[in-house]
Amino acid sequence: MAEEKDKSAKAPKVADPVNATTDMATREMIIRSQKMGIETIFDRAETMKPCNIGLQGTCCKNCAMGPCRLPLPKGGIEGEDTRKGLCGATANTIAARNFLRMIAAGAAAHSDHGRTVAEVFLAAARKETEDYKIKDTVKLLNVAEAMGVATKVEVDGETKDRDLDEVALELAELALGEWGKMEGTLINLKRAPQPLYERWEKLGVLPRNIDREIVDIMHRTHMGVDQDYKNLMLQGTRAALADGWGGSMIATDLQDILFGSPSPLQSEANLGIMKEDHVNIIVHGHEPVLSEMIVAASQSKEMLDYAKEKGAKGIQLGGICCTANEILQRHGIPPAGTFLQQELAIITGACEAMVVDVQCVFQNLANVAKCFHTKLITTHPMAKMEQDNVLHIQFDEHYAMEDAKRIVKMAIDNFSNRGADVMIPRQKATQIAGFGVESIQYHLGGTFRGDYYTLNDNIINGRIRGIAGVVGCNNARTRHNEGHIEIVKELIKNDVIVLTTGCNGIACAMEGLLTPEAAGVYCGPGLAEVCETVGIPPVLHLGSCVDNSRILLAATEVVKAGGLGSDLKDLPAAGSAPEWMSEKAISIGQYFVASGVYTVFGATFPTTGAPVFEKHLFEDMAKMYGGRWDYEPDPILHARKMIAHIDAKRKELGIDKARERVLMDMTDRQKLDAV
Amino acid sequence: MSKLIAFAAIQGGYKVVSQAEGELDKMLKSYDASTKVEFPNTGYFLPVIYSLTGMKVETLEDMKAPLEFARKLLPPHVKGKHHLPFLGPLLDAGMAAILAYELKEGMRLVKEPDFYYPEEDPDIENGKIWLGPADDIVLRKRGVEFVDGSAPGFAAIVGAAPSPEIAKQIVEDYQRRNLYIFCAAQHRGTSVIDQLLEAGVQIGWNTRIVPFGPDISSAVFALGFANRAAMAFGGLQPGDYKRILKYNKDRIFAFVNALGDIGTEWGVAAAGCVNWGFPTLADTDIPEILPTGICTYEHVVANVPHDEIVQRSVEVRGLKVTVSDIDIPCAFGPAYEGERVRGKDLYGQMGGGKTQCTELVKMADMKEIEDGKVEVVGSDVGDMKEGDTLPLGIYVQIAGREFQPDFEPILERQIHHLINYIQGVMHIGQRDISWIRVSKAAVEKGFTLKDIGVVLHAKMHQDFGKVLDKVQVTLYTGKKDVDKLTERARDEYKQRDERVENMRDEDVDTYYSCTLCQSFAPNHVCSVSPERTGLCGAYNWMDCKASFEINPTGPNQPIKKGETIDPRLGQWKGVNEFVKQASRGAVDSYNFYSIVHDPMTTCGCCECIAAVLPTCNGVMTVGREYTGDTPCGMKFTTLAGVMGGGAKSPGFVGHSKFNVTQRKFIRGDGPPDMETGGILRLVWMPKGLKEELKERIDARGEELGYPNLYEMIADETVGTSEEEIMDYLKEKGHPALDMESIVG
Repeated sequence: MAEEKDKSAKAPKVADPVNATTDMATREMIIRSQKMGIETIFDRAETMKPCNIGLQGTCCKNCAMGPCRLPLPKGGIEGEDTRKGLCGATANTIAARNFLRMIAAGAAAHSDHGRTVAEVFLAAARKETEDYKIKDTVKLLNVAEAMGVATKVEVDGETKDRDLDEVALELAELALGEWGKMEGTLINLKRAPQPLYERWEKLGVLPRNIDREIVDIMHRTHMGVDQDYKNLMLQGTRAALADGWGGSMIATDLQDILFGSPSPLQSEANLGIMKEDHVNIIVHGHEPVLSEMIVAASQSKEMLDYAKEKGAKGIQLGGICCTANEILQRHGIPPAGTFLQQELAIITGACEAMVVDVQCVFQNLANVAKCFHTKLITTHPMAKMEQDNVLHIQFDEHYAMEDAKRIVKMAIDNFSNRGADVMIPRQKATQIAGFGVESIQYHLGGTFRGDYYTLNDNIINGRIRGIAGVVGCNNARTRHNEGHIEIVKELIKNDVIVLTTGCNGIACAMEGLLTPEAAGVYCGPGLAEVCETVGIPPVLHLGSCVDNSRILLAATEVVKAGGLGSDLKDLPAAGSAPEWMSEKAISIGQYFVASGVYTVFGATFPTTGAPVFEKHLFEDMAKMYGGRWDYEPDPILHARKMIAHIDAKRKELGIDKARERVLMDMTDRQKLDAV
Repeated sequence: MSKLIAFAAIQGGYKVVSQAEGELDKMLKSYDASTKVEFPNTGYFLPVIYSLTGMKVETLEDMKAPLEFARKLLPPHVKGKHHLPFLGPLLDAGMAAILAYELKEGMRLVKEPDFYYPEEDPDIENGKIWLGPADDIVLRKRGVEFVDGSAPGFAAIVGAAPSPEIAKQIVEDYQRRNLYIFCAAQHRGTSVIDQLLEAGVQIGWNTRIVPFGPDISSAVFALGFANRAAMAFGGLQPGDYKRILKYNKDRIFAFVNALGDIGTEWGVAAAGCVNWGFPTLADTDIPEILPTGICTYEHVVANVPHDEIVQRSVEVRGLKVTVSDIDIPCAFGPAYEGERVRGKDLYGQMGGGKTQCTELVKMADMKEIEDGKVEVVGSDVGDMKEGDTLPLGIYVQIAGREFQPDFEPILERQIHHLINYIQGVMHIGQRDISWIRVSKAAVEKGFTLKDIGVVLHAKMHQDFGKVLDKVQVTLYTGKKDVDKLTERARDEYKQRDERVENMRDEDVDTYYSCTLCQSFAPNHVCSVSPERTGLCGAYNWMDCKASFEINPTGPNQPIKKGETIDPRLGQWKGVNEFVKQASRGAVDSYNFYSIVHDPMTTCGCCECIAAVLPTCNGVMTVGREYTGDTPCGMKFTTLAGVMGGGAKSPGFVGHSKFNVTQRKFIRGDGPPDMETGGILRLVWMPKGLKEELKERIDARGEELGYPNLYEMIADETVGTSEEEIMDYLKEKGHPALDMESIVG
């Protein structure tokens, strides 16, 4: 270790911890890593600059005649844009094709996640596995009804509740069919407000099946196929909708049925959740299928006893990325950090095992782990690493608990190998998480009066100005968490309630924004008053990135509750991904735009080299879908653009002026509609 | 700081539910589990529990399930720091407590069956102050006032004001705004009711000040009343808690005034009321909950000064009420309509058998009268000594370009309630059998007969300004003048009666709708024809016609009959079209004259309900005052439960008392001869109703060739089952027995 410290002193260019992050724990760990001579993503962001042409979205490497590079000149282009690839592809075609391939990758990632869940769900419905059982039967019935699976049967002329196993089995088969069915369009699209569905139908963008829309993109963007950016984007929309209203929504729904729908709970966040005297296991990645089992295993008496036997006081489980969010929402397991903190969890020196599955896992974890006793364990057949210190324990849902125990035991066994140099930052913040479509409804009025109308009423009366969905990753090209926090703070200061998922959720938690007490500190008076009444934080954590489908459904509930128009596009609402980096974010952005939401991205935007195509995204889409893309790297301006959109929608709805108190007399009451 | 409220109220929820559990445990040790539990004379069991959960509590054993339900509703306690959301849990805790309170009241009635005095007015001399849960008769009678808007809502007052004077001031302020005042619970050993009694205020349903009970649990009766209204008039089904509570939020303009220190038990009750959309206004410094949503506006408003609490309360509830400002020395408003002037309070009286008292409204020429002129011809109250009597003739002359003689009886009928609206003055009867009693209190305030004229002039202008321009009132107190007026009046009455009596449905091409009660029963629409008066008994065809002319966009709209579809059953194309549209598609047609085939719907406030008795081949009818069993196997309240809310139920039909003797009464189910009345199907009715209608039944029987029809109709003294009355019908040779089968 001492040797490594010397090396770090000589390292040519490293990150400035203060410029790299707003989070104190992260700064401490960056400093520590630099002292130890361990390179992290923050340092690499200094030494490696992004390719300028790729950044603009105008590098085409779809055939071996390229890469053709079509950078936009600094001063822009006046007059005709004559840029062409070898085949003649314009900047618009190239940027659109690249954009579509990002959507395809993103939709594939979410949807494959959904497929895994659906397969486990089918195994559970068929009772092929002991370890997974249906936990939330209320949600089973709700989802079954929403997807058109009969929940009642007629027996001798009498209507009876259908056997739950039968419902589950039919639902599982139906859901899995969504990936590859031969006819029709996706079932969940019908859960959108009617006018939205009709708009999709009119535009011809109803996805046929999930896999097909992704394959279609790969074909269409092959050399010499679709060379009309407008037509390309119609397909981009199909694939994105197949993600949001397809793969992601199915993932969320079936996960809730299998593992329970979230309800509010208290937890913590940041690296400080790791405990020096405990066996620390970090789960990282996305799918809860494995992590659910690890939670159960690490809480089992058998494993706890074993840990004590090995000299630990217990087992501390923590999460990174969306795996963190999944087990936070359902079990209150605290996230140890965001996407950019994954290496740092190991650098504490106190991480016995980091267990990863798919998506957003740095290959560099292996290099960092090498410097410590940490066991890095890959578990997914499609996600292995080349470094030889990485263990692969393939997770099989049919032997789920067995596998999970094996992993936990391995971590416990590793406890005694921990080195002396351990430094766990003290920083951790309390958070209230565990919100979902159902639990929000409950908390807006209880068992008897729970209704999204309570929210609408406070939007109509102006206490709440609007709703923002702020989601997405971290991006090492921007200051860690700064965009997330500043945007969210600006929004809540202006009485906009925030729904969060993904790493934005973790960032907000680390900042203490997910506590009810934050309302009094950061919010405008109207939002503060509502938060105080309901007892909620001003930022509601809805889960992982597939759980963005919860935002779609929550927004649909808001529309249904009445008073705010008849379509998602009518709502005083906006979406944001301040520090996005993943292709999944582009897919999410597109399905939000196509669902009628004004969606602003921070950090960077992958179409700046093709202004005409960008205009299609930033302007034309408003006319097509009601929602549109926008890009604003400055966090405050970013938030203000969202607020301006919210205000414009308030005006359209006629709720931009203070509501008068209507006193009802008998004549008014006679005009009331039937209940 | 809603958190403090949530914290305290959730604690209260645990306390209240635990108390009820303890009490039930104890009771089950000393009483048999099958011991009957009931609120007096209701078809809705313990109404809050029944309406929201569908559970019927009929025995002590039955209490276990709702109590378990309440226990399950209790949420975790609220933590001091980093708490979880608490609004939903708070409302759940509130509901748990309300359910437990209702069970407590149920248990109280088992232990002390005479604890409450289940009448409209308390028996103060004997210390029976508390009336307890309103029975279904009161519900329907008073419910109509909520339906037609004469009572815009209710104030539930818990606790006690700092002084009797303040209590009186608050309550009278509500009375002036026509609200009902439901009182429960005590503060520092006294209650608003004690204070009102001390201040000499008359309490009871008749003055709209209802002493429910001495404990906070008694406040649950107000919610039971509201939920029964939702089921009886709104047609909502028990167990449909979402819609029942929404109905309350939108249509029952109620709120809570908490007077005095709010402990956890009051707090949780207030939280419970928020489920109904009923906010709480308190006179103490408690945390406020101002954002809207569950209630229409604020949920909890604190520190309200006593002289502002009434105005603030109606505003917070979003209620518009008008206070009629009439220049007389006494208070004035519907709340005083039911107030009595008893012997010991009496100063003087007119009519009532002691002297003649007559009322007459006549149309006059515009040039002939002077608007606002009120003249007392003869001696006035000031000339009377205590205990004196006077003859009285009230002669109202009305002129107006739009005025018609047909409106005379309608305006004349207003005199009864308008005089009753004067605090301290009581009016009974009508026409030439009126009776006015003036209390000492009114005289002390300076009441004179002239004030009657002032009231009639002002209110007639207010309510009927559209059709009249001038009102002049002359009050005669000389015997000669009164006798002269009486003679003239009797002649007028006779002519009017004949005109109305002879009017046939066939004579008019326009009927009138009545959607007055759509505020409560949104799918129901009444149609009123000359020979089928409104089923609530309040509106006949003439009234509707006048009402339309007075208010052309009001609840009474003309319906062109259009093509006749079935003359015998009474169905017209134009009526069907109207009904379909006005019922928002819920009903597409109905028959005016049939009980068997597509009968007319009812809102639930009908005076009587008729039901087919297949064995007797006839029908029975029962009025809402009769609480006993009937031959159809259902009491009135059960029947009304089945029928209310605009549902069409063949075999049953709602109608007014008067309708029984109208020519078209269920004619379609009578003998095929169209002119022969359906009344010949009538085989049973309660004795009280029968006696009330005797004169008219006799006349109608005579007309149909059955002069002893009255005798032939069985009543509860004969029996309350079809079998029991069958022999009687045979013995009397009731014509129904020989008719074709009623069920076809």
